[in-house]
Amino acid sequence: MARTGDTLILGTRKGLFLFDRKGGDWKLASTSFLGVPISYAMIDHRTGTLWAGQDHGHWGCKLSRSRDRGRTWEEVPAPKYPEGEVIKNSMMSADPKAPEKPATLRYLWCIEPGGDDEPERLYIGTEPGGLFVSSDGGDTWELNRPLWDHPSRLAGQWFGGGRDNAGIHSVIIDPADSRRALIGISCAGTFETADGGQSWTVRNNGLRSNFLPEPNPEVGHDPHLVVMCPGNTSHLWQQNHCGIWKSTDHGRSWINVSEKDGPASFGFAVAVDERDPNQAWVAPAIADECRVAVGGALCISRTTDGGKTWKALREGLPQEQCYDVVYRHGLDKVGDTLAFGTTTGNVYISTDRGECWKCLGHHFPLVYSLRFA
Amino acid sequence: MARVEFTRHLHRFFPALGEQPALEIEARDVAELVERLEARFPGLAGYLLDDQRALRQHVNVFVNGRPLHDRQSLSDAVDSNSSIHIMQALSGG
Repeated sequence: MARTGDTLILGTRKGLFLFDRKGGDWKLASTSFLGVPISYAMIDHRTGTLWAGQDHGHWGCKLSRSRDRGRTWEEVPAPKYPEGEVIKNSMMSADPKAPEKPATLRYLWCIEPGGDDEPERLYIGTEPGGLFVSSDGGDTWELNRPLWDHPSRLAGQWFGGGRDNAGIHSVIIDPADSRRALIGISCAGTFETADGGQSWTVRNNGLRSNFLPEPNPEVGHDPHLVVMCPGNTSHLWQQNHCGIWKSTDHGRSWINVSEKDGPASFGFAVAVDERDPNQAWVAPAIADECRVAVGGALCISRTTDGGKTWKALREGLPQEQCYDVVYRHGLDKVGDTLAFGTTTGNVYISTDRGECWKCLGHHFPLVYSLRFA
Repeated sequence: MARVEFTRHLHRFFPALGEQPALEIEARDVAELVERLEARFPGLAGYLLDDQRALRQHVNVFVNGRPLHDRQSLSDAVDSNSSIHIMQALSGG
């Protein structure tokens, strides 16, 4: 079943909230895991199964699924790093003998369906940098060994960005060829497989990371989120720590399309139109030293020309005393409908491609993920 | 048999833990105790231990009132008079 945009799933610091659109209104349909941080939640469009990654402060990361839209849940075994696996104990060490620590699941960053031709396949991106694959509908998970054993990770070129360890937050399966996939890792960059995950190629050409003394390493970039235009799959966008980049050749090269004299530069989230690869939306914020809304005013910036120009869309959004930031999975789009959720618990919806916004609520917990179904 | 008590926090995920004030478990050390608990409450070990079977960072186990010495392999000895408390650490809240 295709995504209609008539269901909205919020994964928040204090639980999961599912809304349905009835007429022009959004109605709360279910509340789940109240009090529990939900790092990511989505509905698999192929099966209708609702998935939730939980980040219990004490008991670790848990994975649950619901086949009745949140009325009942089943906990399934979360991905597990194999016995004996280790990661580097320090940030960015070039020392091959740098101390190591055991690899254990720290965070469920994203849960993504496989291709439509492989309905039992799912992917989970995790911290500390493992990509896990299920071939049985999520009953069991296996670490993708070729990526985990990638020479760049073993050489200590992956490191944490915002969290202690590297994390896979973007998993994109090419709708035209489900053996082809792209992933985004903070921090390492973008990697591509063309053979169903048996081998991985670095796709960071053109990126620039100004937080590094040598800003153009092959590996070591921080793509906060990577998305693909489903209707033209050679076109990718990434909201990077250091700006907004676009690729028109399936990630082989990237061009910086950040706004020079406007807010569209730093941020976490990006969404691209389903058909027109030149239309994209980002949620600007002030960078490292501050991380609040730009100028105390909330906006979503849109380009319709592949990033040559940007327009800040502000109608219906607070324009003073505003400190909201939209996290990487906090913005989504289906058709003309967009929505985003913020770090201060505000959720806004637009039904006209971002021209004007209406508030769904001001008092949600911090929003980690917002996804349509 | 060792007497094991759990934080109420875990009752949310394993309601059966809340049906009795304490459990009686036969074990030689804490690692074996967790194995026995897992057999009675499938999935519980994953709430206490990480992927490499070390005690989770924000979980505390007390043996006779003293915090666990060996958080990596849980080799602390247990006997029939032991009192075990399994708690959440305040650091994880």
